[in-house]
Amino acid sequence: MLSCKDVTKLVSESMDHTLPLGKRIGVRLHLIICKFCARYERQLLLIRETVRRLAATVEAPGEPSGGTLSVEARERIRESIKNP
Amino acid sequence: MVKSADLDPSVWVDRYGDYLFRYAMLRLRDRPAAEDMVQETFLAALKDRGAFSGNSSEATWLVGILKHKIADHYRRQSREAPLEGGDLGEHPDAGHFDGAGHWTAGPAEWGGNPADLYRQGEFLEQFRMCLSGLSPKHANAFTLREIEGLETAEICKVLGVSETNLWVILHRARALLRRCLEIRWFGTTAGKGS
Repeated sequence: MLSCKDVTKLVSESMDHTLPLGKRIGVRLHLIICKFCARYERQLLLIRETVRRLAATVEAPGEPSGGTLSVEARERIRESIKNP
Repeated sequence: MVKSADLDPSVWVDRYGDYLFRYAMLRLRDRPAAEDMVQETFLAALKDRGAFSGNSSEATWLVGILKHKIADHYRRQSREAPLEGGDLGEHPDAGHFDGAGHWTAGPAEWGGNPADLYRQGEFLEQFRMCLSGLSPKHANAFTLREIEGLETAEICKVLGVSETNLWVILHRARALLRRCLEIRWFGTTAGKGS
């Protein structure tokens, strides 16, 4: 029998590689009966989705999120390009 | 289409500086390091200008150079501070299981619709704060996996860790982020019993 502790570890692992069949079935069965572990899985997936959204937001043109170069850095970089 | 002869480095900083900075900042979480990385990218681009084929946009070309610089930075960081077994410390969820491995205090219900969360700039800011709170090892592994979408075998090569170790690191990173968000954003206390 897998414990909740085992399942949280395997839920994360399953996001990185395919679990062996036996473990995969064990995890699925556990998630059906354990609301905390099911919630844990949902939240890890939400975190995965959030970081992807964050990256997409940062990379979207004209939608600045995450700041800009400081005035000093901008000046320094401009100079270094002029006189490499 | 822009050809290498048409590249105009004098407008690079104004046109792409902030974009490259944001890109680097998300991955390095360190302003001086991100700014240096942008500078290095422009200088490398300047030197290598003849190699610009015009098959991609100027922005894509510059980001490609920046990506390599960031990967080098990760490699350097893991060489300078290789991951030790004892380095992992206690797992963030460890205190929340009893001896048999059952939850003593399970994850709290976060409520709300996930799709709504992403539209809230504030939520993304909190997430960013939580990510910055991770150690470089955890944050770098997490970034390579979840932002760059690399397969674990490739990440192992960059970070110089075994696959088993990487799974442990990634689980820790996710567990730390989960706890951090639970506290910072949802401000809830862990659910009681089952």
